[in-house]
Amino acid sequence: MDAGVDNRPCGGKYGDTVAAIGHTPLVELKSLAPKPGVHIWAKLESHNPTGSVKDRVARSLIEDAEARGAIEAGQTILEPTSGNTGISLAMICRRKGYPLKVVMPSNVTEERTQLLRMYGAEIVYSPGEQGSNGAVAMALEMAESESSYYMPYQYGNEANPRAHYDGTAVEILDELDDVAAFVGGLGTGGTLMGTGRRLKEADPNTLVVAAEPLQGELVQGLRSLDDGFIPPIIDLALLDRKIFVSNRDAVVWTKKLIEEEGIFAGVSSGAVAAISHRVAADLEAGNVVTVFPDGGWKYLSSGVYTKTLEELEADGTLETASFW
Amino acid sequence: MPTAKIPPVLRSSTGGEKEVAVDGSTVGDALRSLASQHPDTERQLFGDGGELNRYVNVYKNDEDVRVLDGLETPLSDSDTLMILPAMAGG
Repeated sequence: MDAGVDNRPCGGKYGDTVAAIGHTPLVELKSLAPKPGVHIWAKLESHNPTGSVKDRVARSLIEDAEARGAIEAGQTILEPTSGNTGISLAMICRRKGYPLKVVMPSNVTEERTQLLRMYGAEIVYSPGEQGSNGAVAMALEMAESESSYYMPYQYGNEANPRAHYDGTAVEILDELDDVAAFVGGLGTGGTLMGTGRRLKEADPNTLVVAAEPLQGELVQGLRSLDDGFIPPIIDLALLDRKIFVSNRDAVVWTKKLIEEEGIFAGVSSGAVAAISHRVAADLEAGNVVTVFPDGGWKYLSSGVYTKTLEELEADGTLETASFW
Repeated sequence: MPTAKIPPVLRSSTGGEKEVAVDGSTVGDALRSLASQHPDTERQLFGDGGELNRYVNVYKNDEDVRVLDGLETPLSDSDTLMILPAMAGG
């Protein structure tokens, strides 16, 4: 019998874990397709070394800074994050010898704190009710008052979308001959801008659709609408549609992914699955591609996988948790 | 009449109301109707030139009107306008 593996292509062979970032599987979600001839595909970014799509971004941010000579050995990196970018930066910074300080909303799940500490990052908490906007504002103030920090600033750094333009999108185009629609979650805008731009270059008819979180009311603790924040890398002209998804719907679809596809994904994956299904229903035929940003591990303590929707509503999780 | 849903951050300007019935066949008309009923909302909703404040997202049902036809996006009586501050993730 042939001793070789029979599931090629495998993930490849790499010199270290940072080099192994990307090359994630593209999996068809057959049970979620609304009609024959329309196929929904999800890139499972949980297969990255620290378990999220942000490994791509963090590597790109650090390698960009190194290439420009913007950071030197031992320099402290400072970054606002809701968690995943921080965890990815923490792994890469530890490998490369840069101390890391992250500013993160206080209401994220405990797992994110543990993973950051595990990789040696220092955490500064921002007010949870202000969400990522509060973390961004606090990190910008810290960077202004202490010039020795290097802040990659994923929200305004073109190295973020470039990770997807040169990575995620190319991997999708390697696997599919045509993409009718691409659905991405809107956090920093990196996935949508980078992947969307390249897919539209390959086929201008590809629809690019943003799914964005409708935060619970208790996570909208801003003083005025002027405290709203739009990441500078976002170009709305690239988007064909931008649709919000409530925490409730995102959790419903996260559970559906487990029950119908066996996929244990994070809550933002449920949100993009919901919008992918909706976009697919409007098509006669073709491929709808989405990116599942992470797995469910970091959200277990929130109870979304074990409690019923009614329980999650009763205990306030859907109103207060920050999943993006 | 279309309904405008008011985010927590704007409720001090609407006397605590969470929903306001608004008049208008476009998003712009409906928002101006809200501002005429609750004048304190005007400075938060609109810029000096009457354009939608950059940090305000307005959704017709659940779709961002900036990716539809902006303030010219048509509205019917059964539509809901959701007003939200722009929030990031990541």
